[in-house]
Amino acid sequence: MPKDGGIGASTKRREDLRFLTGRGKYTDDINLQNQTYAHFVRSDVAHGTINSINASAAEAMPGVARVFTAKDFEGVGGVPCGWQVTDRHGQPMQEPKHPVLAEGKVRHVGDPIAVVVADTLEQAQDAAEKLEIDITELPAVIDMKDALQDGATKVHDDLTSNLCYDWGFVEENRDAVDEAIKGAHHVTTLELKNNRLVANPMEPRVAVGDYDFSTDEHTLYTTSQNPHVIRLLMGAFVLGIPEHKLRVVAPDVGGGFGAKIYHYAEEAFCTFAAKAIGRPVKWTSSRSEAFMSDAHGRDHVTKIELAMDENGKFLALRTDTHANMGAYLSTFAPSIPTWLHGTLMAGNYTTPLIYVNVKAVFTNTVPVDAYRGAGRPEATFQLERVVDKAAREMGIDPVELRRRNFITEFPYATPVAVEYDTGDYHATMDKLLEMSDHAGFEARAAESKANGKLRGFGIAHYIEACGIAPSNLVGQLGARAGLYESATVRVNATGSISVMTGSHSHGQGHETSFAQVVSEMIGIDANQIDIVHGDTSKTPMGMGTYGSRSIAVGGSAMVRATEKIINKAKKIASHLLEASEGDIEFKNGEFTVAGTDKSVAWGDVTLAAYVPHNYPLEEMEPGLEETAFYDPANFTYPSGAYGCEVEVDPETGKVTVLGFSAADDFGNIINPMIVEGQVHGGLAQGIGQAMIENCAYDDQGQLLSGSYMDYAMPRADDLPMFKVDHSSITPCTHNPLGVKGCGEAGAIGSPPALVNAVVDALQRAGHDVTHIDMPLSPDRVWAAMNS
Amino acid sequence: MYNFDFVSPGSVADAVSALQAEEAQALGGGQTLLPTMKQRLAQPSTLVSLSGLSEMLGVSSDGGVMTIGGATTHATVAAEAGAYPALAGLASHIGDPAVRNRGTLGGSLANNDPAACYPSAVLGSGATVVTNAREIAADDYFQGMFTTALEEGEIITAVKFPIPEKGNYQKFLQPASRFALVGVFVAKYADGVRVAVTGASEDGVHRWSEAEAALSANFSAAALDGLSVSADGMITDLHGTDAYRAHLVKVMTGRAVAAAA
Amino acid sequence: MNKVSMTVNGRTVSADVEGRTLLSSLLRDDLHLTGTHVGCDTSQCGACVVHVDGKAVKACTMLAAEADGADVKTIEGMANADGSLGVIQQAFRDYHGLQCGFCTPGMVMSAAALLEENPKPSEAEVRDYLEGNICRCTGYHNIVKAILAASGQQVEAVAAE
Repeated sequence: MPKDGGIGASTKRREDLRFLTGRGKYTDDINLQNQTYAHFVRSDVAHGTINSINASAAEAMPGVARVFTAKDFEGVGGVPCGWQVTDRHGQPMQEPKHPVLAEGKVRHVGDPIAVVVADTLEQAQDAAEKLEIDITELPAVIDMKDALQDGATKVHDDLTSNLCYDWGFVEENRDAVDEAIKGAHHVTTLELKNNRLVANPMEPRVAVGDYDFSTDEHTLYTTSQNPHVIRLLMGAFVLGIPEHKLRVVAPDVGGGFGAKIYHYAEEAFCTFAAKAIGRPVKWTSSRSEAFMSDAHGRDHVTKIELAMDENGKFLALRTDTHANMGAYLSTFAPSIPTWLHGTLMAGNYTTPLIYVNVKAVFTNTVPVDAYRGAGRPEATFQLERVVDKAAREMGIDPVELRRRNFITEFPYATPVAVEYDTGDYHATMDKLLEMSDHAGFEARAAESKANGKLRGFGIAHYIEACGIAPSNLVGQLGARAGLYESATVRVNATGSISVMTGSHSHGQGHETSFAQVVSEMIGIDANQIDIVHGDTSKTPMGMGTYGSRSIAVGGSAMVRATEKIINKAKKIASHLLEASEGDIEFKNGEFTVAGTDKSVAWGDVTLAAYVPHNYPLEEMEPGLEETAFYDPANFTYPSGAYGCEVEVDPETGKVTVLGFSAADDFGNIINPMIVEGQVHGGLAQGIGQAMIENCAYDDQGQLLSGSYMDYAMPRADDLPMFKVDHSSITPCTHNPLGVKGCGEAGAIGSPPALVNAVVDALQRAGHDVTHIDMPLSPDRVWAAMNS
Repeated sequence: MYNFDFVSPGSVADAVSALQAEEAQALGGGQTLLPTMKQRLAQPSTLVSLSGLSEMLGVSSDGGVMTIGGATTHATVAAEAGAYPALAGLASHIGDPAVRNRGTLGGSLANNDPAACYPSAVLGSGATVVTNAREIAADDYFQGMFTTALEEGEIITAVKFPIPEKGNYQKFLQPASRFALVGVFVAKYADGVRVAVTGASEDGVHRWSEAEAALSANFSAAALDGLSVSADGMITDLHGTDAYRAHLVKVMTGRAVAAAA
Repeated sequence: MNKVSMTVNGRTVSADVEGRTLLSSLLRDDLHLTGTHVGCDTSQCGACVVHVDGKAVKACTMLAAEADGADVKTIEGMANADGSLGVIQQAFRDYHGLQCGFCTPGMVMSAAALLEENPKPSEAEVRDYLEGNICRCTGYHNIVKAILAASGQQVEAVAAE
């Protein structure tokens, strides 16, 4: 058993004490003296020309400080995009300006037109009704394929079309893939949609801007997963504020799931307006506002073809995807359907030839960006669905077909440009079959049948790429940022430690699990170690938390910084012990001279570092504080096998998830309790996507699912108890902890497992149903059964 | 939310007079009205709270009729309407526990949401809606979605439900709102069966007369076999087509009959 | 303006509120009890659940004026007198029933109301009772276990994985 507070222990979370007693400090809990409230006036049409805005009546309303429109932002940059994709022909993507407030045109329902700032929120809302905004509504383009037709209405007049880019990967393989598919024994084809989703962290977004005239310093409190990224993007590209005059604080953040990665107009607005009016400016999103202003996720339309030989060996794979960008490019939007999707199309299989084509399309909808999984769920869904369909067409058991094609030798270079370092896919598959009592399924199916229900079992195996890196590679791929992580380990004189990390916790429990790592390395109690995050004035420049990267990249930075601390502390100890440095051993917080009983405690060494009376000052500086920036050599590749057992009510089409099992390989585990919690949450989101969640527009671009009245969030009674396992461990070979990351797996592997299970249930009952698009809501399942 | 004056009258009479004010509106549990007002979709000048009026609280049964005060919460009905199990069962699944602790029978009926549960119980029981001014038969009360026979300022003080020999309510959930995608209330009385459907129709809650006739002759799910429900006038939305809702009406009716106790 | 007074976590408080002031606003903005969270505007997420006269209600869907004279309890009033975590709070921590913590106050308040009504709920009863509390982080798995544990039942016996 690992010791409590060390690596491998299910240490209870220290964060919980404040969250469970109502003492968490979320952004909306921050109220500054003399603060004002911002109310955003948003477009209620999907596309239109702004003819005029008359704010005089609104500005005369009680309590109004000022009304802002686009003309207040002349000379201010647009909200930037952080990734430039190069298309099949070597051309850069089309990149429209994304103004803070709409300039001349509105391009989606929710596009901000004006902002009223007043003493109270109610006054701002009252005054907003007095704004005279004249808009001529224009035809909107909502469907991606319509948007690419010749003569389609353009979302951006200054672009040549609604095509952001036409990306081919790997372009050199295109002809070979075509040839292989032509000559194959069998080709399975599937057309499918990956439904548009809204991330819906339970805490809506909030921004509070403040400006101190005496120091010329701006502060933004915001609900962000990565405050340093916001500082860089907003400071350098939007408002022109140098970093040393701009502080961004992301305090307790109530979930992110991707939606709080991006730099949003509201953040820039509150920062800008606070200086303009000389008072703090606060904006709190309502949930309804969140549905039309938070970046959405997924929304792909795909055709996938899998070519096989007569034994079911995969020969080639071709996919053709349309990816919705929405009306503007959100921060990382272009990278999601390309580098986080195309590179994963090999899955767990040895398919030698792969070609991925992605057309990214502008439409009059809310911008689409990463949502938990980000590109990898899209890749996994289409691949695991087509493999399942192929198994049925070939008459091969779906488990067996996967096994025949599993990669078994590592490292493995895929035909889509990535190299898997480790994995054992048979092991996770074996574990899954055991956990889910696959052998007993037929008996359970018979029992369901006797009760008038249709039971099905579905499997999916996934691979994901986490800790995306290294920076010089992603730079070549178009990233406009580095993807390292940072940590500063500050040892205090009495031996306690503050770790400042660029990672950000918004539910992941870093304050607990990061402390476990340092505790293990130094040998002092975890309670002596504090993890500090979320404030650019306290933490070194870091890239934040997304893409399951925190422990793999942020944790590695922390290990490197702690190693530097130990090295220096050993030197101090060797001085104190009058021994050569090479003879010093460090264990359990004590330095000893090898082969002797001479020792010095951690606290004596740290005290010596800060009270350097007996200290080698000629050789070393006093103090004990080290910083490391860790830039990984490769992605990490978590993988796993997921199994879903469902029952379908044939009278209503309602699907009930009876059981869900997840066998993951996350490499080494720091805190099993936290890891399992991450998987549970991911499963719920993946099952939600597959069963009930759906962000829908009508053909005029009105959001049909604009609140929880129509956007179905998974509730406790929609879900079963989960079975999760992470005992199949193949440690990552290129980071010091051997960890891979676990935050997104659940959301990646679960949708295809569920859809495969429903198709299995229907086919067992004799229905000729090979696919149903998500979500598998009762009406859709019923329609499929009765078509 | 627009601002308004909040009034908490001490009696029904005081409430009625407070509602005479220009743009005054009654406030039951507020579980629908307050969210509507947050969206600035309603702008009453005065909200007259009915929730504390003792004259409008409580559940009682006498002579085969259950009388429930208009300000009685769903939670209270769920707990105290044991003499009418179908009604108690329906109340116990409206919204969620916190909503049931505030939402009231009168508030639900005055709003007449086309997907609300209570209207189906009132119509399916052939109940009588009692107001400060008169008594209104259920068949006259519901006049299409969000439309009722209530006059301006009229308050539902109670509802009288004849207790059936057997009854049941079956709700098929809309997965997001958890309102009824289709809900069917079936009640078997000595003189015949009533079937009321909510959630399905563009006209709001309504009776399914063919099913009533068939079930009055033979109270079993099999009696519905030959019937079909037309999709005309049924709601089509993100959560289901008109045809799907029509199909569910029959399925839920059959289940309600099978479960009726 | 309406003058309201009520007991909040055992303390008598009074305030002048507008008609439109919600109980959640009174708690958060006037009394600085920011543990009660607001996560939606359609009365569905349940992050704002508090107890009014012993019953769970959504503080975002109740006027402050309606709580005049009431006994209100919020998450800030759930710890033991000595400041240690109450039984339900402790169970949430022991079973990792929270991640980001935003829905947690409402979850704990709903759980307390459930166990008051039904001291030994089944797994299905717990899930049913949480219909009005949305969590996006945990998949509910550990919340359900925490509530079953807080009820004094053997979790593995009533919620087999």
